[in-house]
Amino acid sequence: MSDDKKPSNPLVRASVGVYDWLEKRLGLFGPTIKAAMHPTPENNASWMYVFGSAATVLLVLQVVTGILLALVYSPSANEAWGNLNFINHNIALGWFLRAMHGWGSDFMVAIVIIHMVQVFLFGSYKFPREFTWILGVGLLLLTLGMAFTGQVMRFDQDAYWGLGIGASIMSRVPFVGAPLVHLLLGGPIIGAATLSRFFALHVFVIPGILLGAAGLHIWMTLFHGVSDWPMPGRIVTKSTYQKEYHELAEKSGIPFVPDAAWKDAVFAAVILLAVMACAYFFGPFGPGGQPDPTIIQTAPKPDPPFLWLYALLAFLPPSMETPFLLIVPAVAIIAMLALPLVSPEGERHWSRRPVAVLMLLVIAVALGAFQKLGMYTPWSPVMDAWSGDAVPVKYLHDRTPLERQGALVLQQKQCRNCHSLDGTGGLRGPALDGIASRMTEDQMIRQVLQGGGNMPAYGNALNPAETKALVAFLMTLREGNHGPAINASRKLTDTSELQRPQWLNSKPLPETP
Amino acid sequence: MSEHLEHPEAMDSAPVKTPEQKAAEHSRRTFLFKLSVALNAAVGAVLAVPVVGYLLGPTMKKSSDVGGWVSLGTLDGFPVGETRLAEFVSPTARIGDGETAKTACWVRRIAQQQFQVFAINCAHLNCPVRWFPESHLFMCPCHGGAYYQDGSRASGPPERGLFEYRYQVSGNTLSIHAGDMPTLSTQASCGGADREKKLVQIQSADTRSEA
Repeated sequence: MSDDKKPSNPLVRASVGVYDWLEKRLGLFGPTIKAAMHPTPENNASWMYVFGSAATVLLVLQVVTGILLALVYSPSANEAWGNLNFINHNIALGWFLRAMHGWGSDFMVAIVIIHMVQVFLFGSYKFPREFTWILGVGLLLLTLGMAFTGQVMRFDQDAYWGLGIGASIMSRVPFVGAPLVHLLLGGPIIGAATLSRFFALHVFVIPGILLGAAGLHIWMTLFHGVSDWPMPGRIVTKSTYQKEYHELAEKSGIPFVPDAAWKDAVFAAVILLAVMACAYFFGPFGPGGQPDPTIIQTAPKPDPPFLWLYALLAFLPPSMETPFLLIVPAVAIIAMLALPLVSPEGERHWSRRPVAVLMLLVIAVALGAFQKLGMYTPWSPVMDAWSGDAVPVKYLHDRTPLERQGALVLQQKQCRNCHSLDGTGGLRGPALDGIASRMTEDQMIRQVLQGGGNMPAYGNALNPAETKALVAFLMTLREGNHGPAINASRKLTDTSELQRPQWLNSKPLPETP
Repeated sequence: MSEHLEHPEAMDSAPVKTPEQKAAEHSRRTFLFKLSVALNAAVGAVLAVPVVGYLLGPTMKKSSDVGGWVSLGTLDGFPVGETRLAEFVSPTARIGDGETAKTACWVRRIAQQQFQVFAINCAHLNCPVRWFPESHLFMCPCHGGAYYQDGSRASGPPERGLFEYRYQVSGNTLSIHAGDMPTLSTQASCGGADREKKLVQIQSADTRSEA
């Protein structure tokens, strides 16, 4: 601050005096103001460039709400669950702080992913911002690490069994599976040691690295400037890019603060409001049931950031599961890290990078589909469908006593846990509404007794009378005007030798399937 | 500090060294500095031993060392021909484990003295399986793994049957050997009979009706 023009207002003059005194000793205001007002290309003052700052704001929100929760939280396997209920119900506004922290974490994962998609789509990871991207991949993994360890902090049934899933995945690593499981759990079982080490990870280790890495990430953004809006045909080359960028920034640029930053600020406020609204209207996440492994009436499910993975694990064939779990994440991470090193130059605009756009679409559709499936878990048996979902009345009209007995067998033997009738029941197996149009009596008996195609064999669980009744009932289930399924070869095998037409005797019999 | 936004090209170009400067790089002080770096590296290495040892502490125990025999109660609680849930406190539980010290297992009594004791943990991803006596099946709520009453794999994603605990009957009491939480590499019967069944071999789903 120069002393050329002394302000006339004594209050302002005093403030300037204090500022000057402090700045002479601190030396930070000047550089900070200069950094904030650095020139940036006019074309990137856009609503598409607000996600990075929003992620930072959410990180700060998580740190603040996390510290506030840590004032009360007790990271002890013995007390954590009760303690969380105490925060929810007995601490003034405790529920709201827990809700903010929980929703904040979901928002943060979402915003970090959106930020990453935008940077990928805009080719902003190219020279000279390769290392910014690489560090960003690390930030994504750290954010997911916070989400997983945070789920453990909510020490309920889902947290307990989520740790079990984590341990199971670790146990698949060849040779060092058992030590890795013990390292993860801090001992032979999930218990006090497990929660303590996850608390240390969630509160000290990962946030420490995360804050440091985020600081570096932001430093590099200042160092290289925010990437300019991509234009088709404007090629990134290592020899010319920086010169072109600085021309853009300095000749036609605008100061980041305030000309570009106001959009970041507005978006940050909107995001914070959204987190608060979700927290207020939807409330905190659990805790769910108490973390007592003897309570087995539970269907564990991970938090949203991991639902897609949970879904994926339902569809992998058993022989592929271990190789997939051990190889694919490593390959995916290496691919993300290597991306800017493999293509540091070239076109940035999406219209000139069809492969990149296609890749993004395929990944987004795949992850989106798995995420959606993870939300209603069609592969899981509905454990209480057999006792809870009655046979629809329309399927009992005009049935013989034997067929009605069969409907009872269907309920009693838990078939409904995996098979639906009229839209209710499990989705693991096919719906049985039109089963008689697809399978003959013989095929049904075989399938029920011997299983196969992902259905267990019931030969040991059904006596002949039950089987007879069950199949009799199933034979009545035909949809619409479909006729019953027929076995085309049955007629031939049933026909006696004498009735057999002459032409058949001269030919070998067709094989029955 | 105030130059920190300068473009990198503007602030590189190292000055050409004079002979005096080169000599200064080999001074006694430089040597002492290098020595101090080496000293700290050595101290750091020594310091790392307890730190790493402490961190890896939980991995040092062999799985056969952990655990012990624990009673599931009297035989009267397990009628012949039925499968019942039994609770026990893990012999590896430590102070502060709270509810998580407890765990459960499925006890199938085949004959007077013949049992099978299954871990509740699905062999796929550890979720708790439930026994359905009517259909003689264990079903897993997570990804739909199913097992027959003898614990063998029936359908779904698990590669193998349920983990089994070793058991012994003494007098009127049923005990099992429990330790690690059962996973593919830390099995229920640590060092026990099914060690040869260990790890990732894929059992074909038994689609025959079992005996």
